Amino acid sequence: MNDGAPPDLQALGITKRFGPLTALKDVNFRLQPGQFHALLGENGAGKSTLVKCIMGYYHPDEGQISLDQQQVTIGSPRDAQAFGIGMVYQQFTLIPNMTVLENLVISKAKLTPVINWQKEEHQLTQFMEKMPFKVSLTARVSSLAAGEKQKVEILKQLALQNRILILDEPTSVLTPQEADEMLGHLRAMTLGRQLSVLIITHKLREVAAFADDVTVLRKGRFVGSGKVSELKITQMAEMMVGSEVTAKPKQRNDRLSKVPKLVLQDIRVKNDIGVEVVRGVHLTIHEGEIVGVAGVSGNGQHELVEVLAGQRQATAGAIRVDDQPFQPTREKIRRHKVFCLPEEPLQNTCVGRMTVAENLAFRNFDVEPHAVGGWLMSRPALCRSARGLIERYNINPPYPEIPIQSLSGGNVQRAVLARELSADVEILIIANPCFGLDFLAMEEIRLQIVAARNRGTAVLLVSEDLDEILELSDRTVVMFNGRLVYETTSPGVDLAVIGRHMTGHAA
Amino acid sequence: MEAGWWGVLIAVLGGAIRIGTPFLFVSLGECLTEKSGRINLGLEGTLVMGAMAGYAVSLHSGSPWLGVLCAGLAGMALGALHSWLCSFQRVNDIAVGIAMMLFGTGLAFFLGKPYIQPSAPRLPSIDLGAWSDIPQLKAALQINALFLVGIVVAIALTWMLKNTAWGLKVRVVGESADAARALGLPVDRIRIMSTAQGGFLAGIGGSYLSLYYPFNWSEGLSSGQGLMAVALVIFARWQPMACLWVSLLWGGAAALGPSLQSVGITGGYYIFNAIPYIMTLAVMIITCSPRRTLVGVPHELTVTR
Repeated sequence: MNDGAPPDLQALGITKRFGPLTALKDVNFRLQPGQFHALLGENGAGKSTLVKCIMGYYHPDEGQISLDQQQVTIGSPRDAQAFGIGMVYQQFTLIPNMTVLENLVISKAKLTPVINWQKEEHQLTQFMEKMPFKVSLTARVSSLAAGEKQKVEILKQLALQNRILILDEPTSVLTPQEADEMLGHLRAMTLGRQLSVLIITHKLREVAAFADDVTVLRKGRFVGSGKVSELKITQMAEMMVGSEVTAKPKQRNDRLSKVPKLVLQDIRVKNDIGVEVVRGVHLTIHEGEIVGVAGVSGNGQHELVEVLAGQRQATAGAIRVDDQPFQPTREKIRRHKVFCLPEEPLQNTCVGRMTVAENLAFRNFDVEPHAVGGWLMSRPALCRSARGLIERYNINPPYPEIPIQSLSGGNVQRAVLARELSADVEILIIANPCFGLDFLAMEEIRLQIVAARNRGTAVLLVSEDLDEILELSDRTVVMFNGRLVYETTSPGVDLAVIGRHMTGHAA
Repeated sequence: MEAGWWGVLIAVLGGAIRIGTPFLFVSLGECLTEKSGRINLGLEGTLVMGAMAGYAVSLHSGSPWLGVLCAGLAGMALGALHSWLCSFQRVNDIAVGIAMMLFGTGLAFFLGKPYIQPSAPRLPSIDLGAWSDIPQLKAALQINALFLVGIVVAIALTWMLKNTAWGLKVRVVGESADAARALGLPVDRIRIMSTAQGGFLAGIGGSYLSLYYPFNWSEGLSSGQGLMAVALVIFARWQPMACLWVSLLWGGAAALGPSLQSVGITGGYYIFNAIPYIMTLAVMIITCSPRRTLVGVPHELTVTR
């Protein structure tokens, strides 16, 4: 890294329009040298647009960007890199089949025709020694945990000598410990004035613990900024949402019964490359109970949900529903009323180019009244049912005849939830239901889940968001390395204990 | 009888090299193309076109090596055409590959009609068996020069993919087009160049067929070797050096029938001749499972996405 403080980044009066839509309206923002600055706002508030204007992906329609009081034009991410601005994206941009070393080398602006691996390794080892965290250079990226990958992304930016680091929700895939560790290191580097950090996040806890300053956007406009030390968390949340925050504790009725609904016995599953990733899961879920499965992604949760949804076969073990063996066939799903809301529902349970009405009818298009006599589809009936669901679940825009892929992520989620909850549901399997949703959509979907529980549904909730699990579950289990390693009932949970189990560090 | 079995073994080993050489070139070409994230099924057509071009140029110029070069260039042109077509939006590389396969063979038959009869100069071979006086061994150790070139190409390709900026770029493009674009790499251009280079190698493989073994130009020359190369590359896990061993294995399997015939076992001759095809089928069935993805497969390949 070269010496001297990072440049003073200012964005003045930025306006960005996409056709008739104004994504940003006259937004001001300043990142001072050595600052740790949080950019807060709901989905669609314009955070990503602002950052992409700074990175040169978009060109603002009005306003200017300056570095050290000099106006600059950033035409592309390459330009941003030349000015020492680097970004770590929400999704990993590393190449999984290559080693850390290869990934770091390929990102360099200039490559020699023949690569001297010894020299590159030597230089990067030296660079790594000056860094607060280390990653093995020879490791294949696909073998790294999410936290490690995130570190490599950051190291990649630092190795390029970037002095301003922009991070887009960097902790969404990390455990609390990993997140705290990583943010702590970045904090230390900003205190040493080696680096300025701009972090986009929803997590107010992290803002309060690590950031110096905060800027809040809402609906494309600047609503406020200030020192974190002078603001309360509730004030920040209010700025984000606009009105008073609606994160009320969900109304729960007392547990209805002790009747086991869904029983998993010694479930074992292999993943796509033949490695056993679910290694003997035992779990019982009762009527009217939400069981939350916490864990860092990649510990077998994904494959477990696929088995329950019928998208993958278990290699061993038994699923029992109502004390009868269960295979996820259409007939058994209907008889036992087992429904599923998997992660990324647009890819996993929708056909993007089919209409909202058709997608909403996937569970019941082949029965009356949608299929007359069990075989003749009735479009008017499909649309009638769809309109009812669209209204009840607030799906927007409210047209049954448009392709479902034209809906936003939150609305696709609502549509799938509407479909899965539309009939009587006795068992509901949910994975990461709120990933990428804004605050209000999140609240709504969580209310629906608790409402289903209160009606007596047994719910299995798999989530990477620990806060979500703790808010919703009656009982929490931790999945690590293919097994359930810890169980606790929700009142009186110790976050640190759960975090240790999530990373396998509980002796 | 004891000596007879030794004879079969030696004949199979010799045959592995003799029949495996075109497999080697085509699979190396396919390997490079697939590393960049595209499948070129058109290599079957490229092989036939290379055989025709090599034979024609060798006949007219009197130099078989000039024929090999021209065969490579013809293959390169077909490869470039394939990848140029694939760089348009929503064009599927498999469909284009099938079209290119038919186009390549059709064009070769059309242009190659006058060359079915005359005899062109042959590629030289190197006599490594001069020290021995066993005739079978002598015959088996007649190593063709192109096979040695193929070994050098396999080593060079391995080194290039690992140690050069170009090789690294090809791999990045094959693993993730998005990541490549984020790094500012010209994805389509890299793929066009890789496919053209792959076509060059396949064209050379074709020239071997017409200029060394079976050493004639006819329409039934390639008998599906260009398509089998796709299975070979999967079996070789996209590693050039493994392509070498796998090509020898396939060549040896193809040589089994004729070798057994030479010791008087003629029963089931056609079954033995079908062994390479049966092995190809077996590889495709064993490696393709809905529950697993392959180790080492470039992520951008359309068949695996």
